[in-house]
Amino acid sequence: MSVPQVELKNMTKRFGANLALNNVSLLIRSGTVHALLGENGAGKSTLVKCLVGFYHPDEGHIQVDGREHRLNSPRDADALGIGMVYQHFTLVPSMTVAQNLVVSGARLPAYINWQSELRRLAQVTRKLPFHVPLDVRVSQLSAGEKQKAEIVKQLYLGRKLLILDEPTSVLTPAEADEVLGHVRSLTRAGELSAILISHKFHEVRRFADDVTVLRRGASVRTGPVADLTDDALAEAMIGEPVSKMVQHAPKSPPKSDIILSVRDLCVNGDNGLPAVKDLSLEVRAAEVVGIAGVSGNGQLEFVEAMMGQRDRSGTMTVSGSPFNGTRREIARLGVYGLPQEPLKNACIDRMSLAENLALRNFDRVPLCRGIAMNYGALAEQAERLVAQFRVKAPGLNASMSALSGGNVQRAVLARELTQDVRLLVASNPTFGLDFVACEETYRRIVEARNRGTAVLLISEDLDELLGLVDRVLVMSAGRIVYEVSADGADKRVIGKYMAGMKAA
Amino acid sequence: MSSISGIEPVPSKPLGTAAQLSVALPVLAVLLASAIFAAFVALSGQNPATVFGLIVQGGFGSSFAWQDTLSRAAPLVLVGLAVAIPAQAGLVIIGGEGALVLGGLAGAVVTLPFAGVHALPMQLLMLLAGALIGGLWFGLAGVLRQYRGVNETISSLLLSYIGIAVFHHLTEGMLRDPASLDKPSTHPIDPSYMLPTLPGVGVHAGLAVSLLLAIAAHVVLRYTRWGFALRVVGGSARVARMIGLAVNRWILGASVVAGGMAGIAGAIEVAAVQGTANSSLIVGYGYSGILVAFLARHQPLAIVAVALLIGGMQASASLLQRRLGLPDATMLVFQGLIFVCVLVADAIAQQLRETTRR
Ligand SMILES: Nc1ncnc2c1ncn2[C@@H]1O[C@H](COP(=O)(O)OP(=O)(O)OP(=O)(O)O)[C@@H](O)[C@H]1O
Ligand SMILES: [Mg+2]
Repeated sequence: MSVPQVELKNMTKRFGANLALNNVSLLIRSGTVHALLGENGAGKSTLVKCLVGFYHPDEGHIQVDGREHRLNSPRDADALGIGMVYQHFTLVPSMTVAQNLVVSGARLPAYINWQSELRRLAQVTRKLPFHVPLDVRVSQLSAGEKQKAEIVKQLYLGRKLLILDEPTSVLTPAEADEVLGHVRSLTRAGELSAILISHKFHEVRRFADDVTVLRRGASVRTGPVADLTDDALAEAMIGEPVSKMVQHAPKSPPKSDIILSVRDLCVNGDNGLPAVKDLSLEVRAAEVVGIAGVSGNGQLEFVEAMMGQRDRSGTMTVSGSPFNGTRREIARLGVYGLPQEPLKNACIDRMSLAENLALRNFDRVPLCRGIAMNYGALAEQAERLVAQFRVKAPGLNASMSALSGGNVQRAVLARELTQDVRLLVASNPTFGLDFVACEETYRRIVEARNRGTAVLLISEDLDELLGLVDRVLVMSAGRIVYEVSADGADKRVIGKYMAGMKAA
Repeated sequence: MSSISGIEPVPSKPLGTAAQLSVALPVLAVLLASAIFAAFVALSGQNPATVFGLIVQGGFGSSFAWQDTLSRAAPLVLVGLAVAIPAQAGLVIIGGEGALVLGGLAGAVVTLPFAGVHALPMQLLMLLAGALIGGLWFGLAGVLRQYRGVNETISSLLLSYIGIAVFHHLTEGMLRDPASLDKPSTHPIDPSYMLPTLPGVGVHAGLAVSLLLAIAAHVVLRYTRWGFALRVVGGSARVARMIGLAVNRWILGASVVAGGMAGIAGAIEVAAVQGTANSSLIVGYGYSGILVAFLARHQPLAIVAVALLIGGMQASASLLQRRLGLPDATMLVFQGLIFVCVLVADAIAQQLRETTRR
């Protein structure tokens, strides 16, 4: 079976008055990787959701090998061999990877012959350059492993056109290389075509053949990647020449008073086994401490325990007072956080954008007097935050799931960073943000730091980390295994510790 | 740069179409159920038009019918709230019957040691005792869920059976009035302690109590930070913990308050209608409350309206029996049909919501 040539013709999609796609056409040449670039909310996810039958375009259609198709449901896309890895995870957490893969087929037989299915599965995974554990429950996988499993699922389903919507936002750079490298080699071998949505130019450059830039729902630039410079792409994205990015504000030296002090922290993971072991650390005022590490080494559990979402033993004090994550302590000590996967971990889907923006201060003046909520003040605050952080949303009453991935992240940033923050715990705060928003976020973090906020930054991206922090700690297997000040940091040494090696 | 066009006032209302759907679907469900019920009635040899006419007449056709309907609506409102309040926190608790009968029992016995005291404190004491015991009963389901991971729907249902058994055990044993021969009952409460009749309406004061509680629930859920916090907890326990809400306490609190509502319903039945706790208390109000809450989409004010409708249907049962010889269970069939249709409509609404999004 050869790889089809897929073409989107004149796609238009409206959400109410909001024109999310404006007459977009796109050609994915057989056996190539086609990258989609664009600001947060430009319409990238919407476009590919039309291609998998999840949304119905108002106008336009899809051609596969020159034949016109209408996709009424993901089932139709499945029949054409089109599949997608979403920005969020879709595997069933309580089932093993193997079970997930087998039941994901659109037409399940009444009787599943597990033995032959597992054999087929083993064949698919054997050819992979990376390892995915098949008989482990999805809930126990790290974000990176989950993402790989999602991709394996698509390959197992025999896709001919694979759509990757920001697949690498939860992967370490090394994992991203692995995964995208594999997709690239499959396309080279003529087994697959792919659409890659990414905010990272270097990924687009390394792994894509063609690129299309969307701006406010319209296709503004398209062509072979090799013909376009990064500056040209960036300019197409934002619609004006890119002024050279201002460097981060110069950093003031850290102060001496200790804001966060963690002693002998132990936390269990979802599987009941220790995920964080006897961890101790300190963060001073006006200091950014980075925690580097491969995802799945206890960072998630560490952050959740600090935010009061998970049981822990050991002590944690903020500005000298014990911190257990009660509402009063949070407000008094100023502990705020930017968790990863913000839609799931920091937002409430069935409440509106405005209400989500109020989660931190809904019970304080002016949003609330006594016990009475003031919804007028709540709307005013939302309006102000949305403008200040340039959150693009269909409206203040929109549910969070109507926001694009990057705009969810911006909304959470707006809510958390506008509090009186004394300690900020940020996990991968720039996942899913376009380059402008990334720079903005870095700037805000450094600004907060210079105002005296202690920042704990958890990131799998070493370059991002080293650009921001004063001190790096490396976390491996639930412990801090290495510490170095940012000035003296050597990426190779850090990398070794991240990989779990004890350098001599 | 934000693309927000018109900024509307907040509390999160679903999009226009969804809001219309949430009204239209229950109405459609009731209409569909009525159609099926009409067929059912026709099959049993009656003219559906006559039957519906009698339902309207028996429920709402005379001041006597209205009194009957209203006095039934009073407990229905409360057991409806007992389902709707935990629903805000994401709980599905359906054991209202058990909390209701135990609350009634508590109300029936709590004033027995006191004779010849002022009526008002005694009446309040009865309601309070009912609320406490009912709250305790639902609280158990909340504790089991938060600390033992037991599904609250199942545990509340099973607890309800236990509650009913305890009720029988006590009314037929320790707390039985030896004078109650053919129908084991507790000692009757002092007649002067009975809830008065509302002047001009001819219905007991329990109706006013339940209306006040429904309004209070509406105000608290919609306009206070408690309602907001409860919705956060119901929306995502994970996020609620992140922002420092004590999730266990909120869940327990919602369960206890809800159980209190059901308990008050029982106490009102005793203090206004029965005068004693006996098996007449176990007539399925608790289960009808589930229907009321679901049909009202867990909105306290809508619960009042739906309770009137269901109360009227129940009130008309005796007229149907007298005029047409239709068995008592006929109305239960109608109620059951409505419930099934509401659930089906909910499922359809879910699908529609997904397709309108496309
Ligand atoms: N279900 C929906 N209802 C209403 N508006 C929506 C819905 N889904 C998306 N939108 C709007 O459509 C626009 C495009 O969103 P889309 O998710 O395609 O952006 P994106 O390019 O993927 O951005 P990001 O990089 O942030 O993921 C946004 O303005 C968004 O608010
Ligand atoms: Mg997107």
